Amino acid sequence: MQLSREELVRAYRGMVTIRRFEERVQEEFSKGGIPGFVHLYAGEEASAIGMCMHLGPKDYIASTHRGHGHSIAKGCDVVGMMHELFGRQGGLCGGKGGSMHIADLDQGMLGANGIVGGGPPLVVGAALTAKTLGTGTVAVCFSGDGASNQGTTFEALNMAVVLKLPAVFVFENNQYGEGTGVDYAVGSHDIAGRARGFGMPAVKVNGDDFFEVHEAAREALERARSGGGPSAIEVDTCRFYGHHSGDAQLYRGKDEVRRLREERDCIKNFRRRVAEAALLETDALDAVDAEIADLIERAVASAREAPVPPESELLTDVHVSY
Amino acid sequence: MPQKSIRQALNEALRQEMQRDPTVIVIGEDVAGGAASEGQRDAYGGVLGVTKGLIGEFGEARVIDTPITESAIMGAAAGAAVTGLRPVAELMFSDFFGVCFDQIFNQAAKFRYMFGGKAKTPMVIRTMIGAGRSAAAQHSQSPYGIFTAVPGLKCVVPSNAYDAKGLLIQAIRDDDPVIFCEHKLMYDLRAEVPDEPYTIPFGEANIVRDGDDVTVVALARMVHYANEAAEVLEKEGIEVELIDPRTTSPLDEDTILESVERTGRLVIVDEATPRCSFATDVAALVADRAFDALKAPIRRVTAPHTPVPFTPSLEKLYIPSPEKIAAAIREVHGYAK
Repeated sequence: MQLSREELVRAYRGMVTIRRFEERVQEEFSKGGIPGFVHLYAGEEASAIGMCMHLGPKDYIASTHRGHGHSIAKGCDVVGMMHELFGRQGGLCGGKGGSMHIADLDQGMLGANGIVGGGPPLVVGAALTAKTLGTGTVAVCFSGDGASNQGTTFEALNMAVVLKLPAVFVFENNQYGEGTGVDYAVGSHDIAGRARGFGMPAVKVNGDDFFEVHEAAREALERARSGGGPSAIEVDTCRFYGHHSGDAQLYRGKDEVRRLREERDCIKNFRRRVAEAALLETDALDAVDAEIADLIERAVASAREAPVPPESELLTDVHVSY
Repeated sequence: MPQKSIRQALNEALRQEMQRDPTVIVIGEDVAGGAASEGQRDAYGGVLGVTKGLIGEFGEARVIDTPITESAIMGAAAGAAVTGLRPVAELMFSDFFGVCFDQIFNQAAKFRYMFGGKAKTPMVIRTMIGAGRSAAAQHSQSPYGIFTAVPGLKCVVPSNAYDAKGLLIQAIRDDDPVIFCEHKLMYDLRAEVPDEPYTIPFGEANIVRDGDDVTVVALARMVHYANEAAEVLEKEGIEVELIDPRTTSPLDEDTILESVERTGRLVIVDEATPRCSFATDVAALVADRAFDALKAPIRRVTAPHTPVPFTPSLEKLYIPSPEKIAAAIREVHGYAK
């Protein structure tokens, strides 16, 4: 499918926003400004953007512990996200969720998730709502290769097929579950094949190539929206940082990350592709880079300045009523 | 007023709420039964018949038979609740929380808090509790203490048909996740139940009988055992005030404390095991907040700290009996400093 100029700019802006956000979070985390843990998505941007460009705010996604990219792709406010990571007022969750629980239900973002395999059953539920109420919307589950080994995932895949739900399961295979290689941990070496075994169409795509992800996502979402039931997409991708920020990554080859950044960078690949095909000029791309650099700078400055939540917030919002 | 069993009362509550609100759905294993078989659809209507007939009235889109897949059921309910439905999920035996607790404990219970107050998760999980049927260690537990310990969940433990209907309707209309515990030996227990829908607020105890000598707090089947004990003791001149909290989360602390302020003596009866439990929680509450009123040690009559045994002779020993309850009440009544 041919993308319009406007769509190409939107795709590029989305991927660059994620990349700059994550690079800056790494920097701020290293300086000690961000409490807790952060799991960075840099390197995997084509997956989130390639999928979420097809979604509207009434479609739902569920995400993972590596959830910043999905949140940005689904339309979460970058400044609110940065406040949340810093644990400050103005955070998307009021500073009570943090990196691993970023959510914005108004944008259809059902939350990052601290539990590997936590999201797939929830997506079954969101898709069930769509089907029951006849909203015509879909629910998309982002999981990693690690979650493809969890029992909850198997149950969710089966139930989505049994109930013929408008759902898409995206497995971002970034080659590692924490510090263990995917060829060790995924017994069949074939996550898409696993999903197929549950009775849904599944494809494996190259996550370095935005256009390949975008096209596979379009097909799967069309199937879901037209009543054809769930699908799965395995995205072959890579992460440029460790499992979490601060991971020494001793399990990786000496040259591995440098090589990945050279050969498998979905943003570089995108720039090259659109330049070669004369779809977007370098100036236009550079203008987006500058715009995003400024946005991220403002987000960090704003988060740093923001007050922490009042102590009274400790006890609020445990229940709607009690 | 018509007499109805707990089973009928629950069925009526579900039917009336599904008629009232099209977003209410029922989901679980064999909630109808008979899918893709040669025999009868709605063959089960829930293994104990609570959801019988609902599929005929509301169809497969709202009465959803699932595979045997507890994590997916709980997760589907949580995901559906946070996106606009009011699911009533059935978890056949409360023991099965062991295979699906993440979706409740880490997901549904925590959405609202960790998303900064922006989520509502109006789901009900109906589940069976209780020993006494030789169902053995994996089908007989009463784990409401575990649910009560989780911030974000509410927990209902009804003891009669009237309460069961009003509390289930309240649970369905409530905007928080609610675990609704049904004792497996009580489904046929009858009481007067109005035909029309009504709600009973959470956190309001029922004072089953008034008395000034000893306060007894009990849940579910133990309310009836404690009442039997109280009737025996009445003849001995001991007046028991029997309190059924009906919900363990929220807990009606005031009613318990006011009663102990008056009687100075407390016995808690609990079919669950005693460590970090409902009984222990109530004992701590009273020791903490009504210490000066106490005229005797607090006594807990509970199951022992063991799994539930299979053989009827041992299972009978496991469950607190009216005799054991009466003995504990006599002891605290006769205690003198």
